[in-house]
Amino acid sequence: MAALVLDDDQRLLKEAALSFCRENAPLSVLRRLRDTRDPLGYDPDLWRQMVELGWTGMTVPEAYGGFDFGYRGLGIVLEASGRSLLNSPLISTVLLSATALDFGGSEAQKQEFLPAIVNGEMIMALAVDEAPHHAPANVKLTAEPGNDGFVLNGSKVMVLDGQIADKLIVSARTSGSGSEQSGISLFLVNAGSVGVSVRQTGMVDSRNAATITLNNVKVSGDDLLGPCDQGLPLLERILDTGCIGLAAEMLGSMQEVFERILDYLRQREQFGVPIGAFQALQHRAAAMYCDIELCKSVVLAALDALDNDSEQVPRLASLAKAKCSEVFFTVSNEGIQMHGGIGMTDEFDIGFFLKRARVVQTLFGDQIFHRDRYARLQGF
Amino acid sequence: MSNLEQFRVSARTWLEENCPPSMRTPMITDEIVWGGRNASFSNPDSRLWLERMGRKGWTCPTWPKEYGGGGLSLQESAVLAEELRRINARPALSSFGISMLGPVLLEYGTHEQKLEHIPSIVRGEIRWCQGYSEPGAGSDLASLQTRAILDGDDYVINGSKVWTSYANVSDWIFCLVRTDSEVPKHAGISFILFDMQSSGVSTRPIQLISGASPFCETFFDNVRVPAGNLVGRLNDGWTIAKRLLQHERTMISSFGLAGGNIDRGANNMTLVQAARHYRGDGSRISDPVLRDQIAQFTLDAEAFELTSKRSLAESKQSEGPNATSSMLKYYGCELNKRRYELMLSAMGNRALGWEGDSFDPGELAITREWLRSKANSIEGGTAEVQLNVIAKRVLGLPDLLTLVRN
Repeated sequence: MAALVLDDDQRLLKEAALSFCRENAPLSVLRRLRDTRDPLGYDPDLWRQMVELGWTGMTVPEAYGGFDFGYRGLGIVLEASGRSLLNSPLISTVLLSATALDFGGSEAQKQEFLPAIVNGEMIMALAVDEAPHHAPANVKLTAEPGNDGFVLNGSKVMVLDGQIADKLIVSARTSGSGSEQSGISLFLVNAGSVGVSVRQTGMVDSRNAATITLNNVKVSGDDLLGPCDQGLPLLERILDTGCIGLAAEMLGSMQEVFERILDYLRQREQFGVPIGAFQALQHRAAAMYCDIELCKSVVLAALDALDNDSEQVPRLASLAKAKCSEVFFTVSNEGIQMHGGIGMTDEFDIGFFLKRARVVQTLFGDQIFHRDRYARLQGF
Repeated sequence: MSNLEQFRVSARTWLEENCPPSMRTPMITDEIVWGGRNASFSNPDSRLWLERMGRKGWTCPTWPKEYGGGGLSLQESAVLAEELRRINARPALSSFGISMLGPVLLEYGTHEQKLEHIPSIVRGEIRWCQGYSEPGAGSDLASLQTRAILDGDDYVINGSKVWTSYANVSDWIFCLVRTDSEVPKHAGISFILFDMQSSGVSTRPIQLISGASPFCETFFDNVRVPAGNLVGRLNDGWTIAKRLLQHERTMISSFGLAGGNIDRGANNMTLVQAARHYRGDGSRISDPVLRDQIAQFTLDAEAFELTSKRSLAESKQSEGPNATSSMLKYYGCELNKRRYELMLSAMGNRALGWEGDSFDPGELAITREWLRSKANSIEGGTAEVQLNVIAKRVLGLPDLLTLVRN
């Protein structure tokens, strides 16, 4: 059975991660990056500290310079980072790209890129979606065989950290058409290659995303990541991991909002009493508490499945992504409503969470997408 | 081999030898064993299974051996549960003695009280009912008025209880009584045990919207109860009452799990099976809205099941049920109600039969179970009371009534 409680090492990591995010990387960091329209969109000093804490090597095997602490460890870190909406290349580079290399990379690719990720020398981004809604098999970007390799043409949207990445992992159609399952392959593309154009997209959550267009971009056969034509299962594994990591991040964010709500309910007085004494608010708070408890369980179970390489990963990934998206959506909206007028001001932090909730919910499939997928995986 | 592995081997061997084959099939409502002086066994194997498990103390695996329990460690008990699941063994005994009274008696009772009552609970010889709610004391349970007055060596009890589950077929009652009317309501309540055959006890079953009568009105007219049957300290019964409610919530919340079959209804069909059969072509659900609602339900039910397991793992670390019991009770009951509403949506008019042979028994059972499920969010503390408990005890939000009074 899944281990649904943390062990001692994991508890220590959790405390360390929480205290780092509280003291070194509070929400004011994101606010500063937004207000200064920082071209990087993240704080390289903080990123360096995160590298030194070992967060970039959390899931990377020791043979490639990592610490093999597992996805439970990365999940704990992401949960902590969700509390202060810490923006860093952790999701694009570690959660998604290191996973992609670990699962699909050749020995040479692993040797070349995993240690560089662990050392913080390389930022990588995953380029999947091409349309307003997540649809991993719906790939129009083409990879035609050329001299000693492939020529890539097409474009990708919502590429996390696309504008700061050194290297891109791009899904491309090597055969077939439409949303055919077969014929999809993954490629490693240098962001600086001729024909790659990167345009930063200003997102409501103030985080990094980019639209990437590939125009006759040449890659070699060695740049193929995983099997040719049959790359979809690998992509799905990467996306499942991404969904579970995002669910962990959402879990941290929703707990932060909920605690801020509770503080406010205890402090804010109207009609001569703290508003938290009113049952209309108490019952909504209690219902949110129940929902957050469910989210804690699904995130733990899903991370545990990743570490055990369980066949339940796809189902639990959809469960965790759907449930956490739904609950974070509710909690972030209640965060505004229960704070009243002040919740609507930009000066107050709570709005950042509402904005993040919608973006993170949409990434790699919203709850509508994942309910449907969960049902299919359950056989109906 | 570790001690635990040795235990697994011996438990497996014993179960192989002692669990009758018919006890390894899914439970049928009619064959649930409640025990008691007048226990009926529609399947003779049920009696055999109860006797064997009871003698071994495995109906209550972690209770002390000296009171007839299994005396197992938590780890051993978990192994036993796994081995029982492995062979799909039915529960040998369902009882309020096990799920509610036993745990608090072990915590608060005297050695003599434990010796008198625990072994008969373990063996299913005495069936217990719960004397809590009164006509004027529902959600505000502590305002109860059933009175116990000391007269010589006995308490004389007068008053009435309501919603007493199975009072008409129970042997003994654990009962909340007022022993002091001069103090604030919570401070004058005691917890007492007595025989339902005592002179002056009478019961009247209440017919519910489902047509069934699982609950009774229970009346006490000068019932004499030995003073030694009082559990814990005089006027300190509320402490025990609340503890017992935590156990009760944990038990009721398991309805949300439908006996481990996440979404199986009384027709022994899962929601998905019912939807495919009644609102599909047998293999696909034809209605996309219903399919989405079932997906949401199934997803929530899985999240809830994981949370129940997590809560159990955490309570094993801290011994006994924890603050999450209200959460589990609230959510589990809402889930169970949703299950039946969706089952009705799936089955259409086939779930609307009341009696007769136009419907098969499984279909008729769904109609009744749907109606029965409406009690889930009322019994054992309403949904609203659970949310109050969470808001105040778990989240530490202030109590308006206290603020206004001060």
